[in-house]
Amino acid sequence: MLKSKFKMLLVLACLTSGQAFAALEIVITEGIDTSRPIGVVPFKWIGQGTMPEKLTNVIAADLKRSGKFNPIDASKMPQYPSTDREMDYRAWVATGVEAVLVGTVELVGIDQYKVSFELIDVVRGQITGGQSQMLSNGKLIASNDHMMDARQATINGKDFRQYAHRISDVVYEKLTGERGAFLTRIAYVVVRDQAQHEFPFQLVVADYDGANETMLLRSKEPLMSPSWSPDGTKLAYVSFENKRPQIFIQDLYTMNRTQMSDFKGINGAPRFSPDGKQLALVSSKDGNPELYIMDIASKQVRRITDDRAIDTEPNWMPDGKSLIFSSERGGKPQLYRVDLASNKVRRLTFQGDMNLGGTVTPDGKQLVFVNRTRGDYHIARQDLISGNMQVLTKTFLDESPSIAPNGSMIIYSTLHEGKQVLSLVSLDGRFKARLPAADGQVKAPNWSPYLF
Amino acid sequence: MQLNKIFKGLVIALPIVTMVACSSGPTDAEKEAERNRIATEQAEADRLAEEARKAQVQTGTMTPVMSPAEKMKKELQALQNEQTVYFDFDRSSISSDFYSVLDKHAAFLNSNPSQSIVIEGHCDSRGTPEYNIALGELRAKSVQTYLQNAGVSSSQISVVSYGEEKPVVSGATEAAFAKNRRGVLVYQ
Repeated sequence: MLKSKFKMLLVLACLTSGQAFAALEIVITEGIDTSRPIGVVPFKWIGQGTMPEKLTNVIAADLKRSGKFNPIDASKMPQYPSTDREMDYRAWVATGVEAVLVGTVELVGIDQYKVSFELIDVVRGQITGGQSQMLSNGKLIASNDHMMDARQATINGKDFRQYAHRISDVVYEKLTGERGAFLTRIAYVVVRDQAQHEFPFQLVVADYDGANETMLLRSKEPLMSPSWSPDGTKLAYVSFENKRPQIFIQDLYTMNRTQMSDFKGINGAPRFSPDGKQLALVSSKDGNPELYIMDIASKQVRRITDDRAIDTEPNWMPDGKSLIFSSERGGKPQLYRVDLASNKVRRLTFQGDMNLGGTVTPDGKQLVFVNRTRGDYHIARQDLISGNMQVLTKTFLDESPSIAPNGSMIIYSTLHEGKQVLSLVSLDGRFKARLPAADGQVKAPNWSPYLF
Repeated sequence: MQLNKIFKGLVIALPIVTMVACSSGPTDAEKEAERNRIATEQAEADRLAEEARKAQVQTGTMTPVMSPAEKMKKELQALQNEQTVYFDFDRSSISSDFYSVLDKHAAFLNSNPSQSIVIEGHCDSRGTPEYNIALGELRAKSVQTYLQNAGVSSSQISVVSYGEEKPVVSGATEAAFAKNRRGVLVYQ
C-alpha cells in the first residue's frame, strides 16, 4: 500500500517536472495496441546522490512515440537487471517482450558519467541461456548472439537527453532495420495571445519531442513557412516584419539573417533543394502566383511554371530533379509535378474535392498531402507508382504536413478544442499522437533532416 | 410646512368651487369645444404672422469653416468605419452589396490623388496557409481592380495578402470564417 502510494508520488513528480521542461507534451491518441512490447529497464546508478536525469524515461517515451513499440511498465517487470549476466530469460519471455534494454550510469568525474547499455534478444537468450557457443577456427568460443548491441560512452550532465535519443536510435534501428529519427528537431511558428504579447509571432525550434524549445525570432507581424536546410544549420522562412512578405534565411547558430527576396506581391513557401544550393519559392511578381527557383548564392531566380491559375506550395523530389506543387489550373487545387529539365507538368491527384500542400517521403515513393473530401481537410498519402490514396487522419482542419527524415512519421498542424496544435501520425495511419501547446496557436511544423 | 398644507387644501377645494359656480352655464363638452376653437384660431394667426415676418427677412445656415485637411480627415474617418469587404468561401469576386462602400472610397481617392491605400487580402483558416496567401492576393486584387475601374490611379493602390495569418475572429465556426474572409482598405 505504502509502496503504491510512493509510486504514485513518483509519477506525479515526473509529470510536473516534465511539463515544466517541455512546452509540448505528447498525448498518444490511437494505435498503441498494434505496437511491439519491449522492456526498457531503468539503468542502474553507480555513484553518490541521484542521476541527473532518467535516461530510460526519455528512451521509453521515444520508443512509444514511434508507434512501433510499447515499452512495458517498470512495475510489470520481473526483475531489474543491469547487464545480460543478470537476466532471468524465462521470466522475461513470460512478459511477452522480444527485447530488453539494460544499462548502468556511473559517475566517473566532475559532471562526467559513463553510460553503458546492452540490447538483449530475449528469445535467443532463453534458447542459449546467454551461453551460446560457436565454432571459430575449429575452437568453440562464446558467440553472445543474444546480444544485439552493447555500447558505452562518457557524457556530460547536460547531454543526458541527447544521449538518450541516441540510444533510442540504436534500439530502433536494431529492431526495425530502419534508421531512427529521435535526434531530430522541428521548426514551427507559435502565435501567442496578441493582448498579452508585444511580439506575438514567434519562430521556434524544439527537439522532435517538444523538449528544449528555443525561440529564434519574434515579431509583431506574421511569420510563415519555416523550412530546414538539408545540413540542418539554417532555416528559410517568410516574415511580414516590413508589412509585406519577404523571404529570409537565418543561420541557427550564428543568428545571421539574410533577406533573400522582396518581389512585388507574394514572396512565399521557400523550400531548400536537396543539395542546399537553391530555394524553390512562390512569387506573384509577374502577375499571379508562380513557382520560381532561386540560386541562393546569386539570388537570381528562374521561373518554372507559367499558367493563369494559382501555382503554389513547391516541394522537392528527393533527387532534386522535379518539384511537387499545388495548382488550380484544373479548376480546384490539385497536386502536380513539374520536371525541372523540361518544365513539363503532370497531374498527380484526382480524388476528393481538392488536394494541397504536397510533400514526398525520403524514398521518393509516397506523396503526403492535405486532402479535402466533402468539406473535411485531412492528411492523406498516395503511392506515386500505383496512385492508391489513403486518408490517414480524422482530426479537424489539418494542414502543413512534414515528414520525419526516416519516413516513419508525419507531423502536421490541426485544430483541437479551438486551438491550433501539432499532431503526429505514422505513415501507415495506425499510430496517432497530439502535442498540445501550453500557450498560443502552433502551426507550420517542418521536420529537420538527420542532425548527427 | 404650514403653507404647504394650505396649498394642498386649495388644490382640492378650487375645482369644487368652480364646478359649483358654473353649474348653470354651458356643459363641459361645449366649453372644451370652445377652447379648441380658440386654440386653432390662435395657431393660425401665429402661423400667418410668422409667414409675414419671413417675407421680410430670411435666415441662412452656414457650413463650419474647415481647411481642406480637416475636411479630408473627416471624410477619411467616415470611410474608415466602412473599410471591410467580405467574400464567399474560396471566392475572390466582390458581392454587389459592397459596391456602394467601394464607390465612396473611390470617390475619396479620386478627389485626393495624393492619398494612398493598402488593400489587405485575408482568408478563413480552411485550406493550407500557402494556398490562402494566393487566395488572399486574388481578393485584394479584386478590390484593386474595382477601384481602378472607378477611376482611381494605380499609383495610389498597393495590395498585400496575409492569407489566414491575421484572423479578426478566432474559432472554427461558420460565423468566424465569414468574418475572416475579407478585404480591408487601409489608408496610409
